[in-house]
Amino acid sequence: MNPVLTVLRSLDRRWIFLAVGLLVILPLAFGFHLAPVVPSHRAKGFYDAIERLPEGSTVLVAGDYDPGTRAENYPMHLAATRQLMRRNIKIIGVELYPAGVPLADDVLRIVAAEYDKKIDTDYVNLGYKVGNELVMSSMGSSIPKTFPVDSRGIPIAKVPVMRGIENFQQIDMIVSISAGYPGTKEWVQQVVSRFHVPMVAGVTAVSAPEYYPYLQAGQLQGLLGGMAGAAEYEVLVGKPALATRGMDAQSLAHLFIAFMILLGNLAFLPQRKPAKG
Amino acid sequence: MHLSSDIGVWIGAFLTLGIFSFLYKDNPVYKFCEHLFVGISAGYYVVLTMISSVYPNMIQPLFTNFSHERNFLLVIPLVLGIMLFSRFFPRGDWLSRWPIAFILGVYPALRITGFAQGDLVEQVHGTILPLWVPGDTGTTINNWLLVGGLVTTLIFFFFSKEHKGALGGSAKVGIYFLMISFGASYGYTVMARVSLLIGRVMFLLDDWLGILRF
Repeated sequence: MNPVLTVLRSLDRRWIFLAVGLLVILPLAFGFHLAPVVPSHRAKGFYDAIERLPEGSTVLVAGDYDPGTRAENYPMHLAATRQLMRRNIKIIGVELYPAGVPLADDVLRIVAAEYDKKIDTDYVNLGYKVGNELVMSSMGSSIPKTFPVDSRGIPIAKVPVMRGIENFQQIDMIVSISAGYPGTKEWVQQVVSRFHVPMVAGVTAVSAPEYYPYLQAGQLQGLLGGMAGAAEYEVLVGKPALATRGMDAQSLAHLFIAFMILLGNLAFLPQRKPAKG
Repeated sequence: MHLSSDIGVWIGAFLTLGIFSFLYKDNPVYKFCEHLFVGISAGYYVVLTMISSVYPNMIQPLFTNFSHERNFLLVIPLVLGIMLFSRFFPRGDWLSRWPIAFILGVYPALRITGFAQGDLVEQVHGTILPLWVPGDTGTTINNWLLVGGLVTTLIFFFFSKEHKGALGGSAKVGIYFLMISFGASYGYTVMARVSLLIGRVMFLLDDWLGILRF
């Protein structure tokens, strides 16, 4: 047997881990750039939908993710909050992931400091509520009853940004930053189709293919898929940040993995049994 | 290089490297990090659920505004919730079946209606497309691909007749559409996993070691 094929077939997977690790570390450590990030029509749809909202609108930002997918969801959450606050749009944050609350608080605090926005008057984070779809459905009846207090424990009757907000009729758009269940799919099923609230979504790459039909059918006005989607959106918002910085490492790792898949298939090709009949 | 002086960042870096050590082989440090994560997560979720949901949505209205806006009705979920704990006692564990039956009744109803409205009706509506768009060849091709992919994939899952002749040919085309979608999903999965690695490497290089160059 060809010695190269023998080596390839018995290659210890840890060499591949090492190579992927180095291809991610080196571009980040030395800061070189391969190619510019070009926004897709999906990211433009996300950006344009928010741009179309009049100033003073109220947007529900659902930060349904936790530290497990921080690398993908946090940059898009940050960029969306930047665009919303830059356009003087009021933000109501909710999280259906228990560990999402500190991340959402962090995003709101950072961006509010950049745009000189005040908690309670410009934004509020209602925090976490257990119940998944039931929370969404209950919000359709009454947001104040579903969230009697915000994430700090302050009654929302005392929060100015919540004045006049009763249910989804007073919400101009939903921005769903989602890692899975409960997330974008449930917001579409429980809220968009029942209450006809416009919605855009930023989702993890692994779940993105699931949401393309919603985009195609017009149930979503824009879609950011993974770190690549977040990077495209950061470019549109005009503030390249975390996701854009990671794109070169991502491209190199992708090229290597694609190359290894090809090599692996070639190595096993001679072993392929002829088709019967 | 600016090493972090934050103890939280150092703990995070240790735990990240501890989990990554599994890539070499299973070891006690990895096991320690894994168990720590499971324990802390469980405690965190219990406390957060009590603070964010049980107290403000049930305990507080029930015990401070009992007669206000029919808050007394909250006694029902309170009793059902307590009944769930009867599972810990073999002699009375049948009591837990009532709240479980309630949950089993409500959730499917909610999800079925959501699916019917959000997926079934809207998605069928979304595939009713013109197969000829004058002056827009790109959209025409896209619409043909979408409708063709939908029909042939549905045929692939039609098992009431043997896949022979035109039916078999259409089913085979459906398989190709499925294969392409599996490939795209796998590509996205690779991107997701690499993104998570990038996030951790950024944390180690920037927050911990302070050597990141942008």
